[in-house]
Amino acid sequence: MTMTTADKIQAGLKKRYAAERRFRSYGLVSVTIGLAALLFLFMSIIGKGYTAFQQTYLKLDVQFDEAIIDPQATRDPQTLARADYGKLIKKTMRERFPDVKNRRDKRKLYKLASPGAVFIIQDMVRKDPELIGTTQTIWVPADDDVDMFIKGYINRDDPESARRLKDKEIAWIDALAATGSLEKRFNKTFFTAGDSREPELAGIWGAVVGSFYTLLVTLVLSFPIGVATAVYLQEFAPRNRWTDLIEVNINNLAAVPSIVFGLLGLSVFLNFMALPRSAPLVGGLVLSLMTLPTVIIASRASLQSVPPSIREGALGMGASQMQMIAHHVLPLAMPGMLTGTIIGMARALGESAPLLMIGMVAFIVNIPEGPLDPSTVLPVQIYLWADTPERAFVERTSAATLVLLAFLVAMNGAAVWLRKRFEQRW
Amino acid sequence: MSTPLLLAVLLLLTAAAFEFGRRRALHLAGPEFRTLHSLPRYYGSFTALWCALPALVLLGTWLAFEDEIITSLVVADLPATYQSLSEPELNLIINDLRNQLSGNVVSQELSPDMQAAAEHYGSLRATSKAAMAVIFLSVAMLGMGLAWRKIAPNFWARNRVEAIIKVLLIICSTLAIFTTIGIVLSVLFESIRFFQAVPVFDFLFGLEWSPQTAIREDQVGSSGAFGAVPLFAGTLLISFIAMLVAAPIGLTSAIYLSEYSHPRFRATAKPLLEILAGIPTVVYGFFAALTVAPLLRNVGTYFGLDVSSESALAAGLVMGIMIIPFVSSISDDVINAVPQSLRDGSLALGSTQSEMIRKVVLPAALPGIVGGLLLAISRAIGETMIVVMAAGLAAKLTVNPLEAVTTVTVQIVTLLVGDQEFDSPKTLAAFALGLMLFLVTLALNVIALYVVRKYREQYE
Repeated sequence: MTMTTADKIQAGLKKRYAAERRFRSYGLVSVTIGLAALLFLFMSIIGKGYTAFQQTYLKLDVQFDEAIIDPQATRDPQTLARADYGKLIKKTMRERFPDVKNRRDKRKLYKLASPGAVFIIQDMVRKDPELIGTTQTIWVPADDDVDMFIKGYINRDDPESARRLKDKEIAWIDALAATGSLEKRFNKTFFTAGDSREPELAGIWGAVVGSFYTLLVTLVLSFPIGVATAVYLQEFAPRNRWTDLIEVNINNLAAVPSIVFGLLGLSVFLNFMALPRSAPLVGGLVLSLMTLPTVIIASRASLQSVPPSIREGALGMGASQMQMIAHHVLPLAMPGMLTGTIIGMARALGESAPLLMIGMVAFIVNIPEGPLDPSTVLPVQIYLWADTPERAFVERTSAATLVLLAFLVAMNGAAVWLRKRFEQRW
Repeated sequence: MSTPLLLAVLLLLTAAAFEFGRRRALHLAGPEFRTLHSLPRYYGSFTALWCALPALVLLGTWLAFEDEIITSLVVADLPATYQSLSEPELNLIINDLRNQLSGNVVSQELSPDMQAAAEHYGSLRATSKAAMAVIFLSVAMLGMGLAWRKIAPNFWARNRVEAIIKVLLIICSTLAIFTTIGIVLSVLFESIRFFQAVPVFDFLFGLEWSPQTAIREDQVGSSGAFGAVPLFAGTLLISFIAMLVAAPIGLTSAIYLSEYSHPRFRATAKPLLEILAGIPTVVYGFFAALTVAPLLRNVGTYFGLDVSSESALAAGLVMGIMIIPFVSSISDDVINAVPQSLRDGSLALGSTQSEMIRKVVLPAALPGIVGGLLLAISRAIGETMIVVMAAGLAAKLTVNPLEAVTTVTVQIVTLLVGDQEFDSPKTLAAFALGLMLFLVTLALNVIALYVVRKYREQYE
């Protein structure tokens, strides 16, 4: 019996439908893998980082001993600034644990409090010299190892040699915790301080300010220049070789690796123009060259979407071409241009490779006060902290990442909102 | 006066110029103001532009050349013993003079000669500053005055202003070209200097990379070898792994989202996938180094494999995740550009949807997809932070993805971060690598853009 065509098709159908289902599931699996990767990335960063928003503080009953701070009772600011406040803390700790006699043990004991505690006390005395001679209860940041222990990152069941904290120290910490002298509090330092070698004193504020100045320079340069370029190319430029060349250039620059822009910045802005190293000004210059293509491409698309009827209406009323553009086309295209600029800015905020080239990787403690001060930016701060061995910096790196991502989400959210709010269908 | 102050004064002057110009036009026209060729504000803008632009150009040129001229004047006045010094030594002295002036630490005790030179330097600087302020302000006033005199009722102010603005727009649009020229020149010059020290052939085909050069002749173990093949191999290995992850996942998810999925699922899944493209690369690097690499290491130990803590696999995997949205959004565009009539025709002939996609849509979209993949590869080659943080520094010639490899971008970063001496091949090598990187990515981009554009035209 010979098979009819219908039979042949019938016979193959089952296989073909199976292939169809398989093909479909490949797609679904791919989308799922992509989304799972996104979820895993966020979970891992949040999971590592959320603890950094809290910091363990240590309660100290410090006696502001006049004999140590100001033996001559002059209250001279110079003397107060130079006094050995570390001694006060040591004394307090010794009194808290009177049976620690060994010198080595004592040193370990003193280390439970952060080295930054000294500056807290110094600050208190400078503000209010009346405190001298009294006993005050103050909370100072605990050392990062104590902090890690309290947060459960150091396991007391590990063999002693494998832990950063030894049995004695853990016993002290337990004793302190039992009397309520250790407490986890909101980590304000993280949001207000500059960089530091001590994790418990390190903060992102310096990097945030650096990022702000860098982005400010980027915005001031790339937005007007980008819009001007887009207006010229879209509205005025004749179609000839020259404008073709410009367009090809813009498209290529959009795809040049960011690190190459860093090389440009290093040899042109630093070596040739002798601008200061590590300055947000130079960072902003490099990043604006990098974001320009994004701004230009978005602005052109936005100009293109303004319908010809508007232009013809304006021209028909006797406006010159420049007036037509300035009074009618630009205002209508502005939301789209701003959206593109915000997206470009968001990309610039997350960029770090070119900034490594121009020296924005230096260890900078001070908060920059202007676009010429040496500074670093948020993503570079993340890079720097990711390189440090202390366990406490891991959670701070993750927390800084969360802050960076929060800024990016806010910027992209603003762009989406702007698009939704002013989007016009012609 | 300092530069910001000068700019503030200029701003005031410009505002005043605008008002003067406007008033003068109205005044000259008298009661018959309809005889004015342009609106009064164009006369104002004309005066203001003439006030601000020449002064700004002058300021820019002055600041650009001031330092060089002053330095050469100071050097010319130095005693003869200094004149014969080599350039680096002379630079050191100039630096000392500058530091002395700004109250910084100087490298050596200054001799009386040097003290005098420092004072000379300082006085020249002060003179230059004062002269600049005077000339700057006079140019602004002069421009304003000239423009002011030109104003007459039949003067075509609007056309002049628009012409000036158009010139400014053109200047802005050429910046893209200058940026490209700047990139090419800056990497090319240093690369040429590098190739004077190291032959091109050795660089391109040498099998050993150890950029540490000896400071002293007799130093051990730092001969300095600049064979870049291990770097190219490492870059290709990591890019290959990344594409192995990104190409299938990106392509199939694009197909699924554009051909199969419910519009509502597409509306949520697509933006979510695109978040992956918006995450900063340093975050991926951190993720690769601290989460993925240890994970791979543990899995490897479980199967008895020795995975190094910085491996090509970790960097490549994470980079692949980063590139997924690039591949998927370009593929999505390209697939959507395939005309519906092709799909309808195929379905009408009785093919299932997957047969239609595989046999009609994909072949039609292939050039565009290839273009998109090329762009993704160029992206992977130029990616820096992930590999810097997760791939390692060891320049090993290997294809084992479990070992640490190094890439072109990693070496550029390590060679240029920190102190740089621009006379050693070590620093210059970074620029030669940058040149290679630029050329390769440029070629990939040009081909990709050409392919994509050609393909788009086909269906438009």
